[in-house]
Amino acid sequence: MNRFIAQGKTPLAAHVSTDGMTMWSVKEKLLLGLTPKEYVAQAIRNPLNWLFAVIFIFGGAITVGRFIFGLSYVTHSSYDYPWGLFLGWGLFVMVPLSASGFMLGTTVEVFGRHDFKPIERLALLNGLLGYLFAVIFLQVDLGQPWRLIYPMFVSLGPAAVLFLVAWHVATYLSVQVAELLPAFAEWVNWPGLKKTVKSMILGLTISGIILSTLHQGALGALFTYAPGKVHPLWISAPFQWFHFFCSSIFAGLCMLIVVSTLCKKFMAWRCDDNFLNNLDRLTLGLAKGSALALITYLVIKIIGVAHDGDWGYLASGWGQWFMLEMFIGVILPIILFTIAIKNNMVGLARFTAFITVLGIALNRLNTALITFNWKLYQEIPHWREVVIVITIYSLFIVTYRFILYRLPILYTWKK
Amino acid sequence: MNELSRRKFLKGGLAGGAMVSLLGKSSKSEAAPSFGGYPDSMGVLVDLTRCVGCRSCEAACNKEQGLPAPDLPFDDMSVLEEKRRTSEGAYTVVNKYEIPGKDHPLYRKMQCNHCNEPACLTSCFVNAYRKTPEGAVMYDPTVCVGCRTCMIACPFYVPAYSYSSVLNPVIKKCIFCYETRLKFGRPPACVEACPKEVLTFGKRTNLLKIAHDRIRNYPDKYVDQVYGEKEVGGTAWMYLSSAPFEEVGFDTHLGNDPIINYVKEFLTVVPMVLTIWPALFAGFHLLATRKDVQNKENSAGK
Ligand code: SF4
Ligand code: SF4
Ligand code: SF4
Repeated sequence: MNRFIAQGKTPLAAHVSTDGMTMWSVKEKLLLGLTPKEYVAQAIRNPLNWLFAVIFIFGGAITVGRFIFGLSYVTHSSYDYPWGLFLGWGLFVMVPLSASGFMLGTTVEVFGRHDFKPIERLALLNGLLGYLFAVIFLQVDLGQPWRLIYPMFVSLGPAAVLFLVAWHVATYLSVQVAELLPAFAEWVNWPGLKKTVKSMILGLTISGIILSTLHQGALGALFTYAPGKVHPLWISAPFQWFHFFCSSIFAGLCMLIVVSTLCKKFMAWRCDDNFLNNLDRLTLGLAKGSALALITYLVIKIIGVAHDGDWGYLASGWGQWFMLEMFIGVILPIILFTIAIKNNMVGLARFTAFITVLGIALNRLNTALITFNWKLYQEIPHWREVVIVITIYSLFIVTYRFILYRLPILYTWKK
Repeated sequence: MNELSRRKFLKGGLAGGAMVSLLGKSSKSEAAPSFGGYPDSMGVLVDLTRCVGCRSCEAACNKEQGLPAPDLPFDDMSVLEEKRRTSEGAYTVVNKYEIPGKDHPLYRKMQCNHCNEPACLTSCFVNAYRKTPEGAVMYDPTVCVGCRTCMIACPFYVPAYSYSSVLNPVIKKCIFCYETRLKFGRPPACVEACPKEVLTFGKRTNLLKIAHDRIRNYPDKYVDQVYGEKEVGGTAWMYLSSAPFEEVGFDTHLGNDPIINYVKEFLTVVPMVLTIWPALFAGFHLLATRKDVQNKENSAGK
């Protein structure tokens, strides 16, 4: 893309062409105002696309194999570890990292912090796609994916925590679609649609907060069904939902910092000045929010350990693993964020956000897989399972990029 | 609050919870059936001191439930050298335990324990499980989505899953021979097949009496515990042993609370969030944007 901009092209960001003469058609909008030839040329020039191509050919075949030969083809068919990487990564890691949508929605729409506006849409998109792909991961994992709607309409088990997760994720997905409709409306030029959504935005945002609080917590509460299977340091029945909810706050914010950093670095042509000039200031703002949530999380984690009287476990091997997770994922980020905020060090804040994301992923994987069945044996996921996870995550990235290239997420649509 | 009304409250809470947020109105749940300990429910008492590990029960179950033939025949005792668990092909397995200081090993039969308050049942989001008045925990394969939460929840690692099936993978577990026997008051196939009277079928309340009588009469022979009397809220299948239960593969750290009790902290939070959050955040919004509104009014007034 940079090459075309150097040749004097401007990335498409309005309904009419730069000379003000012609209206862009949807096809031209999809091609970013390039000719098909130019578009293909820029796609081929990007080495990342080659990597994706390899992943999709190889991983795609294995993913199709999962649906032709069944779960036993791609997993170890474990009875003791019924949940593997598909849910461990796809649900338990993806969902907290997608909490950015409701966090920024709250900040801007409820608390009226309009200074965060330049990054709000990116946060919403990050949330929407994260949830969408969590559902796709779920569909790969379910034994009978075509029965996905059974808990909604066919046979209801309303007393189960997963019932709440199912309903809330479904509802929240539609809320997020609605929240992003204005961006789509601008792109396709349907001003009426935008107005309708605008009038509902406060209601949508508040329902987003409720749904998010509950299903982020519910993901934690799912493990309270197995209080004896997860290592005591990773489960504390009365606090589990709160641990998961609280950590999803900084998980979402830090993921937003990471994604916005990538956008600035690799997609600067698509960002407008409003985004680029504000990003450093906003990153520090997000860092501040993350630091506060991290401190709260640290405190309630300690309360959890104290409440259950788990101090003795800290001396064991599992205890050291726990303290490592807490140090890398919580304590170190608190220290680094504080330094970054005090000294206006945006780079440090970005680095810290990155390790916080890794820390949260480690926490969820620890709870769902690594310390699960700590009294039994460890299970290493099947290599095909890993390949499928990489494939679907790549699809996530490609979809993400496809939308960022087009919809006015990182830039403002010109009237 | 007594047990029943508490549970009803919890159920109403969560069901209502999901509904309120969707439909914007409160609703009481009737969808969840009542479950828990039925007074006349049946059970089986397993006396480990009598078991010789002949695997007759495994063979009988295999036949009764129409399960696939095993790799090694049932009279091949070499399988006892490994610790096995229930699987899609075997609803019950017998394992051998060498007990330090004892000259002969103990054998333990395992299958679904048909809990009074089954974790599998309470965790299933399509309500595939039910506890029958006779005491069996039944599973309905026609509604199961295959999320496998019940396998996560079962504290005894019982439910298995037929992963190899592409079009219709389902949960596989012991069903207390409900359709063929229990429903008609007859003892399960495995109980009938046992040559050593290890397994006693009867009303759960009577079995408890028998168990405690045996312990009282032979205090040297038995450890003073009936496993399953209280564990996770009580189970229909209960065990007597001459060695401490942890030495014969039982988890003795499960506690006496039914699994659902660990989930209830979250379940009580649900209605709170639903009622308090909207007002709270709407309030925040008003406070936070008051200045904007005033500014607007001021400029409009000018
Ligand atoms: S033993 Fe497991 S599968 Fe059987 S009823 Fe209890 S919780 Fe359910
Ligand atoms: S695997 Fe089936 S029976 Fe088990 S919890 Fe999920 S839907 Fe219910
Ligand atoms: S009760 Fe029936 S299904 Fe259960 S282990 Fe015995 S024979 Fe098998």
